[in-house]
Amino acid sequence: MLFSGGRRKKHIANPQTDLYAHALQFYGQPPLENISLSEFETFAVDRLKLLKTVENLGVSYVKLSEQYTKKLENESKNLNFPHRLDIDDRKSQNAPNEYEKRRKDYISHFILRLAYCQTEDLRRWFIQQEVDLFRYRFSDLQPKQKLEFLHRNNLQYDTISIEEKKTLLDKLVNSSYGVSGITVEDQDFYKVPFQDALDLVRTRKVYLKAGYVYIPHQDIVTIVLNDFRTRLSKALALTARSLPAVHSDERLQPLLNHLSHAYVGQDYSIQKNVGKISLEQIDSLSGKSFPLCMRQLHQALRENHHLRHGGRMQYGLFLKGIGLSLEQALQFWRSEFIRGKVDADKFDKAYAYSIRHMFGKEGKRADYTPYSCMKVILSNPPSQGDHHGCPFRHSDPELLKQKLQFYKVPPSGISQIMELVKGMHYQLACQKYFELTHNIDDGSFSLNHPNQYFIESQKALGGGKDLKKEMDMSQRSQENSAARRPAAAREAAANTSQDLVEMTEDLDSFFQDG
Amino acid sequence: MPSSDYDLASLPDLLPLYYRRLFPFSQYYRWLNYGGVQKNYFQNREFSFTLKDDIYVRYQSFTTQTELEKEMHKMNPYKIDIGAVYSHRPNQHNTVKSGTFQALEKELVFDIDMTDYDDVRSCCSAADICSKCWTLMTIAIRILDRALRDDFGFQHLLWVYSGRRGVHCWVCDEAARKLSVAARSAVAEYLSLVKGGEETLKKVVLTDPIHPFIKESLAVVEDYFPQYALQAQDIFGRKESVEKVLTLVPDDVRRELQQLFEKEKKPENRWELVKDQATKKQATGKKGQHFEKEIMLQYCYPRLDVNVSKGVNHLLKSPFSVHPKTGRISVPMDINRLETFDPFAVPTISLICEELDRPRTGEEDIKENEKDAAEKRKIRDYKRTSLAKYVKYFDQFLDGMASSWKGELLRKSDLQKEF
Ligand code: SF4
Ligand SMILES: [Zn+2]
Repeated sequence: MLFSGGRRKKHIANPQTDLYAHALQFYGQPPLENISLSEFETFAVDRLKLLKTVENLGVSYVKLSEQYTKKLENESKNLNFPHRLDIDDRKSQNAPNEYEKRRKDYISHFILRLAYCQTEDLRRWFIQQEVDLFRYRFSDLQPKQKLEFLHRNNLQYDTISIEEKKTLLDKLVNSSYGVSGITVEDQDFYKVPFQDALDLVRTRKVYLKAGYVYIPHQDIVTIVLNDFRTRLSKALALTARSLPAVHSDERLQPLLNHLSHAYVGQDYSIQKNVGKISLEQIDSLSGKSFPLCMRQLHQALRENHHLRHGGRMQYGLFLKGIGLSLEQALQFWRSEFIRGKVDADKFDKAYAYSIRHMFGKEGKRADYTPYSCMKVILSNPPSQGDHHGCPFRHSDPELLKQKLQFYKVPPSGISQIMELVKGMHYQLACQKYFELTHNIDDGSFSLNHPNQYFIESQKALGGGKDLKKEMDMSQRSQENSAARRPAAAREAAANTSQDLVEMTEDLDSFFQDG
Repeated sequence: MPSSDYDLASLPDLLPLYYRRLFPFSQYYRWLNYGGVQKNYFQNREFSFTLKDDIYVRYQSFTTQTELEKEMHKMNPYKIDIGAVYSHRPNQHNTVKSGTFQALEKELVFDIDMTDYDDVRSCCSAADICSKCWTLMTIAIRILDRALRDDFGFQHLLWVYSGRRGVHCWVCDEAARKLSVAARSAVAEYLSLVKGGEETLKKVVLTDPIHPFIKESLAVVEDYFPQYALQAQDIFGRKESVEKVLTLVPDDVRRELQQLFEKEKKPENRWELVKDQATKKQATGKKGQHFEKEIMLQYCYPRLDVNVSKGVNHLLKSPFSVHPKTGRISVPMDINRLETFDPFAVPTISLICEELDRPRTGEEDIKENEKDAAEKRKIRDYKRTSLAKYVKYFDQFLDGMASSWKGELLRKSDLQKEF
């Protein structure tokens, strides 16, 4: 009695305790306490690590599979975030450090909001990882705890009647995952607008009628996640608006910028080795030092004298990253395109813009960074007529095998690679390919970027010594890139007659027509 | 007999005539104003014009129908695209603080382009179409139209022939216009069955259980498959095309079929053999043996450009815009008469301009009030051309939508009365 009385008092006295009363959070209100700069930094860095792990695991494993869950639990434990969420809230709250863990979880989430609200790209990445983290945590709860969570957060959904269930039985069974006639009878089905369960709609794992989805109770996490996603994205938009205030804080600003840069890993867009590669070298380099994704694009470009938007972005930025200058890039693309259906005039009007755009000379003047493997593998999958994407992820295994044979990879190597592909370890498969084609036994790096592949390859072949040095230098001079911007902007302003055209990234769409 | 022979060089002469006397401005405005239910809906809409020599002019916007007309008369665009409804007037986007100028709403749109079917049609390639492959568009419309209505509950779907080699769909329901980017991409993905780029041969993979949406779609495909794929495209005819089909079945089945095909040459019978094999496989109780369905879908299922549907700020060619290459008008399609729609019968700008020059018939010379003369003349003008039936259909479409605006306006005024 005394104990609980004492607790209640503490609740009143300290609103923070309330805030951290549960391990699983919608992160409704921002934390109110003060925190030291060094704690600020460790919290943020640790959460970033956690989110990176979430991202990596999502590529290599089926989400929520046993291994996925186990690894994520371990990482949470190592980084001192809440894990084992299924333990009763009240009990675990008293467990040693649990309060600290929750506090860290709560605060670090809000710090990263600050760092990741700044651009569309950052927001998307952050939301995706947070949603996946939430999914894992929610799924770890006991059924009873799940209901409590819904209750606590006022999440109510309409269930359908037994009669409706009977009439729809067939459809429900054939559209819901792992649901049989018997389990349909046993569980509640919720009827919600399809906008509230986009993940199930996207994957066609739910029955959809007249704008409503019928969700079996076992899949309720989807609606909750959707809610979480919506709230988070609204919150980020709000945070972005208040950002100027944060940015005027000179202690925070560099830290936040640093944090938000961290997610792509190394920034390969920095142009210090510009002009070190001549256009004539590209053909031979593509055979020796390009990863398969880029080799494939290069070949397709040479064959068709054209690449569609997705391919131009992926390959163009890669080329920029290995050191092509804007002038070289323009020359490279033009000379290839005009061999096909596009004449020089059309090229200058319709394509040159998007290439200058890649170099940050047009439009938003954003300097685009070359795509990481993760981005290539996860976003914008190739469709009809496309050659972009990651061959280990997006090729038919049979075709990939043929290609590897054609590139003279020994049969034992091929089967190793195909095994990795089957296990969804695309980057590892690519790295294996690297090792086999460069006669290196055990890679001294872990592959996460096509441009990194290129640099490592040049290093291994001994040809890239100078190139490498330049690359290292460029990392150190990151700050300089900001200084270069004004000049670029001035130049661009001189080139464009403002009123005529202002286009966005989706250029291609604009030029295609029916 | 007027000829519809169209020549790109005549476009600069024809466009002024078309915009002055034929373009259905009042319907066009009626559409994009959506009954005035939301303030500034038309005013904040982006238009983009393509002028002579491929000059693109983005972020045009107009406060009234008259202003739109005036500008079009002045610019005579070769092509018109429609973009999103923004937070501010698009033509003032440079003056608002960066970051605050945002695309808020747009119709949910779909773009189906015949070039995306190049690997499964043998009659034509790239931008060419013929009556044989046009069947693909018919199939696409039937499948998507059903799903958008029955599954997603949308009602106001405007299907438009692009003027060359494809069709567009504008889903105009209020709920559709308000969809987020994530929701748009989820809808588009729900509707996509054919996946993968040039490095993927087997582009349709079905898993158990087969979703009701796929069943419904298959039912449509089955209607057309024998006539379209077996006969028109003759996929079981030439050796290479047979091989192509056979890459889509499991190895053991392929070997067996290759043998059976030695003796059986008739396409229909060969297809029966494929289906027999599938039935046999399915009888073994092993899951996921749906290759006969996968073949049908890979050859006939609509291929969507997901990126077009995803973006709120994506531009799409406007209805009644001219296709500069073919000269054909981008016309709304009456989907109740889908089977008889003939892209080659869609009028070109040269044809309708010629039709204008034909002598008037007597009944048109009704006495008229001087004030409305110009307006009335314009109405009569398009009625004298082959554009008439498409505008009439557009009118019907708008009437359908108007009933929902009325409901909305009533609700709003009721709300006001409560205060
Ligand atoms: S793993 Fe990365 S570098 Fe290798 S092919 Fe795929 S995307 Fe390219
Ligand atoms: Zn054809």
